[in-house]
Amino acid sequence: MKKFINKTDDFIIDSLKGFAKAHDDIVALNLDPIFVTRKEINPNKVLLVSGGGSGHEPLHTGYIGKGMLDVACPGHVFTSPTPDQMIAAVEKCQPKSGILFIVKNYSGDVMNFEMASEMIEFENQTVLTNDDAAVINSSYTTGRRGVAGTLIVEKVTGSLAEEGGDLSSCKELGDRVNHRCSSIGVALSSCTIPAAGKPTFDIGVDEIEFGVGIHGEPGRKREKIKMANHIVEDMVSAILRDFDEKSLDLKDPNGIILLVNGFAGTPSSELYLIYQAVTEKLKEKQIQISRSLVGNYTTALDMAGASITMCLLDDEIKRHWDSSVLTSNLRWGY
Amino acid sequence: MTNDFIIKCINSVVKTILIAEEEIEPLDRAIGDGDHYINIKRGSIAVQSIESELATLTPDQAFKKIGMTIMTSVGGASGPLFASFFLALAKEVSGESSLQQFSKGFTSGVESIMNRGKSKLGDKTMLDVLIPVSKKLESLANEGCEIQKLIKEIDLVAMAGVMTTKDMMPSKGRSAGLAERALGHIDPGAKTCQIIISTVCKELK
Repeated sequence: MKKFINKTDDFIIDSLKGFAKAHDDIVALNLDPIFVTRKEINPNKVLLVSGGGSGHEPLHTGYIGKGMLDVACPGHVFTSPTPDQMIAAVEKCQPKSGILFIVKNYSGDVMNFEMASEMIEFENQTVLTNDDAAVINSSYTTGRRGVAGTLIVEKVTGSLAEEGGDLSSCKELGDRVNHRCSSIGVALSSCTIPAAGKPTFDIGVDEIEFGVGIHGEPGRKREKIKMANHIVEDMVSAILRDFDEKSLDLKDPNGIILLVNGFAGTPSSELYLIYQAVTEKLKEKQIQISRSLVGNYTTALDMAGASITMCLLDDEIKRHWDSSVLTSNLRWGY
Repeated sequence: MTNDFIIKCINSVVKTILIAEEEIEPLDRAIGDGDHYINIKRGSIAVQSIESELATLTPDQAFKKIGMTIMTSVGGASGPLFASFFLALAKEVSGESSLQQFSKGFTSGVESIMNRGKSKLGDKTMLDVLIPVSKKLESLANEGCEIQKLIKEIDLVAMAGVMTTKDMMPSKGRSAGLAERALGHIDPGAKTCQIIISTVCKELK
């Protein structure tokens, strides 16, 4: 393992301190327990709280700010935060319009947020994101994983909460956006958790993991690397099949948000190359790309690879996607 | 069940967990996401660090304190599950509780894990060790089984439980996405529970 680290145990806290300092116009860091809030908390709006294991930055701390999240609770690397973090954070914020938790669908995250939800006095609801099309639903799965589509849920519900939407509308919109998102990832290399010190999985130099999760969890299949256009073709097919199964028609004139997301170990030149390949595939299928985002938005430590997310727009989702946002890692309209 | 015994068990569980890295960690790398062992290690050390405080408490208070410490230090899936176990166990035991009382508490702890994780026997999880162990423990305790015979049988049931996970298809946790690819692999959570149970059994010898 070769990483910028002082002490393994201090990895997250050292990084968060730097993050909070670099963006002290937007966020504030609390140390014991650990949580990050907006610098100025508005107690009158629905409080948007997310969190999860660290290692996916900028998810979620990088999306705190006007028009998006109010609070993020980072856990250890790839490990969900503990209930006391969420409890302390909402107590500090004293929300008067309730809390919307946005939680990626993993057993650990679900259980820790569930315990927090049971233990706090404020009215709260939870949106579980599960946009990963890699996990085929069967009697053997508890459900799909939440991946890069989560940031679209955070952006869109964040906009509604900012303009005064109530808790149940935010919850309804969040669920709707999640339902209309579908993602698939491919890894070219493993990632290395600092505390583990060695790669999470072994992968041959000429192999890719199709359907990989954002923790380096194995996906659908291991295969030989091939031309990018062909990998992208498989990825797009998996997503289109998923929309078919959800009975959602991607040819809707509202079009889609196309997010090409890097896992942090792949340069943007390759991400744009993927983007180009996707646009060609979608043109064949007469699917309109209305909004685009390309970059490292939901990462997996140092893993090389990328994911594609499509979100089927409607008028309301489009309006909230376009509204102004001011966070450290997503900002427009200001 | 005395506090001295609980503390003795904590210390030897921590010792065993620390040397079991090579046994547990590869299992999680194979079908999980690689954080299981790190979390278990962090939790055990956190519990060990409150040893002096535990010494001043009654067993039920001690179990509650252990549960809260795990809840606030571990995270992941193991945190809420182990925390729920100890919090439920704490409600069933009191003062110097009998083996029968403890076994009832153990079963209630296991039920609490089932509720929190919405899991059952056969899902390729820690429950494939814990459920058979709790059943055996309760029946042996009710029969008034002699302690040396009891620990021998519990140890065997725990070991057998781990092996059953090998041929199960996963339905919970991060290995759920793997379906067939997880076949032939032992569940790391089940292995960890077996190691802890065997360690406590050794302390009773």
